[in-house]
Order: sequence, then C-alpha cells, then structure tokens
Amino acid sequence: MTNKLHIKSYSHIKRQTVSVNGNVVFKGDDADFPNFIKSAYKHLKTSYSKFFKMDNLSKLAFLAADTLLMHESLSEEENNIALILSNKASSLDTDRKHQKSIENQEEYFPSPAVFVYTLPNICLGEISIKHKLYSENSFFIFDRFNAEHLYLYANNLLQNNKAEKVLCGWVDFDENSYEAFLYLVESKGEIVHNTEEINRLYNLL
Amino acid sequence: MSELKEELKAKIIEQLNLEDVSVEEIADDDALFGDGLGLDSIDALELIVMLDKDYGIRLSDPKEGRKIFESVQVMADYIDANRTK
Repeated sequence: MTNKLHIKSYSHIKRQTVSVNGNVVFKGDDADFPNFIKSAYKHLKTSYSKFFKMDNLSKLAFLAADTLLMHESLSEEENNIALILSNKASSLDTDRKHQKSIENQEEYFPSPAVFVYTLPNICLGEISIKHKLYSENSFFIFDRFNAEHLYLYANNLLQNNKAEKVLCGWVDFDENSYEAFLYLVESKGEIVHNTEEINRLYNLL
Repeated sequence: MSELKEELKAKIIEQLNLEDVSVEEIADDDALFGDGLGLDSIDALELIVMLDKDYGIRLSDPKEGRKIFESVQVMADYIDANRTK
C-alpha cells in the first residue's frame, strides 16, 4: 500500500504568490499580508463570506487548501479527507493581538472574534466546514518543516483506511512573515509519496 | 438618532468584517441575524463588547442581546436610552 501512494497535487503561498503544482495562479503586488490575501481570494474567485472573519493563519491555510480542493470532485454531503498541518509559530500572531487587548486593565476589552483563533488548529475547522470534511485532523508544531513526520502520519492514516485522501503540509504565519505548502496524498498521482519528494516540492518555489 | 444609526452601521461593518457590505445597504429595520446580515454567535459576543467599550453599556445577561440586536433601529433606541458614555 505504501508504494502505491502518490502526491496528486500541491500548492504554495509565499512571497506574494499563490501557485498550484508549481504554476503561479496569482501574484500580488502588495507586501502587506491582509491586502495580498484579500486580492488572492478575489482573484481566485473563492466564494466564502466567512473568509473575512478569519485570522491571518486561517486565511492562509484556507486559501492554500481551497486552491487544491477546488479541483477535486468533492461531495456536497461529506468527504473523507484527513488533514495534517503543521507550523512553527502556532497561533502566535493572533495570540499577540489577544494579549494586547487584555494587558491594560483600564482598557480590558478582549475580542471574542480574536480569541476564538488563539489555537492553530482552528484553521483545520475552517477548511473542514467549507469542504464538509468529517475526518481525522491534527495540527503539529515543529521547529522546521518536518517531511518525515507528515509522511509517516499520512501513510498510517491511508494504510489503516482512516481516510481516502490526506491533505498535509505547513502553514506558518508570524507578523508579516508567511508561508504555506500543502499537498494532497492519495492512490492516484504521478509524484511518489516519500520524504525526498515532499522536501523537493516544499523547496520548489 | 440618525447619526447614531449611521455610526452603528459603520461599526458593525468594520468590527464584524462584513466584506462587500456598505452602510447604505443596511436598512434601519434589517434583521442583523438569520436571513438579514447573517451574523453568528461570535458576532453577537462582539456586539456585546462593543456596547461596553463604546457606549458604557454592560449586559449582565448575554441573552438580552437577542432582543437588543434585532436591528440597527432597536440597537440605537437601546443605546440612546442606556448609554453612559
């Protein structure tokens, strides 16, 4: 089973560029992340009103996932696609915003809309809600991109029939530094699923 | 009162991140939840914080919000009668 698994497709969002399978699908000219991701969302015709309520990390993960999943023939009822995402900064960007809103006792007005994003795995929920994924999902924090861990976990899920496909990757956001690399593992595809290929694709752009 | 309603509409759009909605598109009597602007439970909590922060109104029971946040008109009436700042 392990040898039959493939990386069917992959996406990158970094340096003001969104690409799918190595092909640039959007290039922005605004270095500011909120403006860039809004332009990308509109350009890619992603239709999801809740997008604008998400924090930066969720917007990054959501759009990177959407660019891949929009090409899949997904069911409107339920899809058995597991999610395994990872990053280094956890939800630090939003944690800082929340901290700022509670550090002054005289101006103590924590925002519920900010607070709900003070966990990195919330972005998995956003992706799952949009694409009707009722499957396994996990979010890991690593010092660096960890292809081996993602490889082993995805293999395990697919070998044990816990999912039909696994969307894996790295979505990291801290201040205005951002990077997303997601890839879809399943039986179909031309790229062999192994750590060498995962690392090669991660470093592609 | 008219000024307050316009102010509320602008704040709702900005603080609840309602992309592609303008002040002109929100009628005074439009429902804010359900079929109206489609706000959700987190938005309701955000509006409760806004009442406290901007108008000095602290709701002791979040369920009160259900009635107060019915529309911009109802919100404005409530704020006008209860504001402390």
